[in-house]
Amino acid sequence: MTDTKQGSVAFVRSEMVPDAPPPTSTQGVIGWLRVNMFSSIGNSILTLLSLYVIYVAISGVYAFTVTNAIWEGTGGAACRVENVGACWPYIGNRLTFFIYGFYPDTEYWRPNLAFAIGGVLLFLLATPQIPGKVITGALFLIVYPVVTYFLIYGGSFTGLLQVPTEKWGGLMLTLVVAVTGIVASFPIGVVLALGRRSKMPLVRSVCVVFIELWRGVPLITVLFMASVMLPLFLPEGTNFDKLMRALVGVTLFTAAYTAEVVRGGLQAIPKGQFEAADALGLNYFQATMLITLPQALKIVIPGIVNNSISLFKDTTLVSIVGLVDLLGAVRAGTATGTWSAPTIPVTGYLFAAAVFWVFSFAMSRYSQYMERRLDTGHKS
Amino acid sequence: MQKKLLLAALAATFGMSATASYAASHGAGTLQAVMDKGFVQCGVTGGVRGFSAPDENNNWTGLEVDFCRALASAIFDDADAVRYTPLTSTERFAALSSGEIDVLSRTTTWTMTRDTSLGINFVGVMFYDGQGFMVRKSDGITSALELGGASVCIEAGTTTELNAADYFSSNNIDVNTVVFEEQDEVLKAYEDGRCDVYTTDSSALAAERLNLEDPDAHLILSQIISKEPLGPSVRQGDDAWFNLNRWVYFLLLNAEELGVTQANVDDMLASDNPAIKRLLGVEGTYGDLIGVSNDWGYRIIKALGNYGEMYERHVGPNTEIGIARGVNALWTDGGIQYAPPIR
Repeated sequence: MTDTKQGSVAFVRSEMVPDAPPPTSTQGVIGWLRVNMFSSIGNSILTLLSLYVIYVAISGVYAFTVTNAIWEGTGGAACRVENVGACWPYIGNRLTFFIYGFYPDTEYWRPNLAFAIGGVLLFLLATPQIPGKVITGALFLIVYPVVTYFLIYGGSFTGLLQVPTEKWGGLMLTLVVAVTGIVASFPIGVVLALGRRSKMPLVRSVCVVFIELWRGVPLITVLFMASVMLPLFLPEGTNFDKLMRALVGVTLFTAAYTAEVVRGGLQAIPKGQFEAADALGLNYFQATMLITLPQALKIVIPGIVNNSISLFKDTTLVSIVGLVDLLGAVRAGTATGTWSAPTIPVTGYLFAAAVFWVFSFAMSRYSQYMERRLDTGHKS
Repeated sequence: MQKKLLLAALAATFGMSATASYAASHGAGTLQAVMDKGFVQCGVTGGVRGFSAPDENNNWTGLEVDFCRALASAIFDDADAVRYTPLTSTERFAALSSGEIDVLSRTTTWTMTRDTSLGINFVGVMFYDGQGFMVRKSDGITSALELGGASVCIEAGTTTELNAADYFSSNNIDVNTVVFEEQDEVLKAYEDGRCDVYTTDSSALAAERLNLEDPDAHLILSQIISKEPLGPSVRQGDDAWFNLNRWVYFLLLNAEELGVTQANVDDMLASDNPAIKRLLGVEGTYGDLIGVSNDWGYRIIKALGNYGEMYERHVGPNTEIGIARGVNALWTDGGIQYAPPIR
């Protein structure tokens, strides 16, 4: 049999022909380009046009920030040349002002220490592998704000030089406002969200009124009311700290938004979950803490981070009530000493934008990481 | 500027009721309250070059800041016993009315409306500002009267626009006005050569000039066509505090007139001139009249110098902003700064 077959057929391939690579024009970089960028004349034109636009934009930014930029100098005069780009010595020289504002320079270690403790705690809290989340969380949310307050403000029992809040400024102030706003608004927001879903009419209506009231006014109005109107309504002589007023305003404002985000999460939970909790005989508190809230919060991570990022950027609004935040410091810096030249204001804004971007981007990446890690179901 | 005025008036309307009752209950108390807390709370700008701005060491500095420091020197013999509240132009009067600050020293123009209806009193004029003109040196213009046929860059909807129109029509000068919405646009247009003249308040002109590529190629004409007297103000109804503020201001002027400076103040203590003796508290008890120590004059001059020195230090020709003394010179030097005698 075998012989016959071999004899009767001239050639039998005993193995498969290896797959030939596809034509070079359809694979790799060239193939990808042909398919996605140059598949037709119209697309080719669009591609070239877009490339040109990108080139113009990037080369312009590059020229401004690198090629034409001034890197060394001790005053604005150095940046007073023709066709000048960014004036980086301005940032270098005024950096302490941008970070600490009017804070006394001998005391910089105090905000630095506060930053460092916050950084470490945040790292411990944000890294899933490290145990003891409850303790770290309590430290971060309850102990840390108190410690930071006494560290930065000083006075009373601490034996540190008292630094009134008028001297706080720059990035330090921005972070104080943002962190306080984000951290303090979260529990208030959760309570409001639960309250709005409550079956008790009084609780529900109070929460609805609160949320709608605060969501109905722009943050700029809230800050303006807090800083200009509030002192006039209070009894004479009672003087709230200006920063404190702004902080309360920002916190309540953000809480209203957080509440709606969290409520969205609560509504997304299947009704069966609530019923199952009831069937198990859990009371409202247990059911909320063990069943519904954990699931709801997981769902709303993107929303909460979105809120936080938006709040972080909105903190710049405090400069309209005379608090010298990072943006205010960058602006005020142009009135300092010899620092005045055509491109100095732009350089300052670029710097502020970069700092804001770094913080916002970090928050965004971390939230994506958390979402992936907590992705435990429902999306079947 | 009119927009600002409106807002200020609005804020003030709300503030009025509070002001009146504040003055009633705290009537004579600001000086005592300041002494109790140990510092003067001073309302300043968020950063205006020469008037109140952060310096290279991150401390407040400027002509108007120095007024608050002089006040603190008189009360505490410590020019640093001042806390600063940066204020926007809309919130400044409310901050003063509500007692958040003790004195407002924030490039505020003294006008009749403000003086009479906001519940505040103006102490004096630290800087006589007014609308001026900036031109290119290469154009060879030296007086505003030579501006015929020129095009003038102006910010829209401000009193600046009206002032310029009034000035040019009353002097029969024919100009083309080019109007822009924002201050930045005006400067840009001027720089790009779309107009020959840039007009706004002269202190602002001096500051804006520094943002041009070559400031030395531009000239600010000496003509001032409007009155913008900038000065500190205090709450109405507290005469003791008002008197103290006012006489601190007068002392600065008198010291310059009598030639007492920061450098020679110790020698001047031995002067035979009775006016200097009264000024420095060697003779008489003038401090008692305003509720501070009798050597208040010596304290202020020793710490900060006289008005002329302050001016030279912060806005004078040798500073970045470089505004000539002009009308801000003493009356003895051809200016209009004049103070009643300490007697």
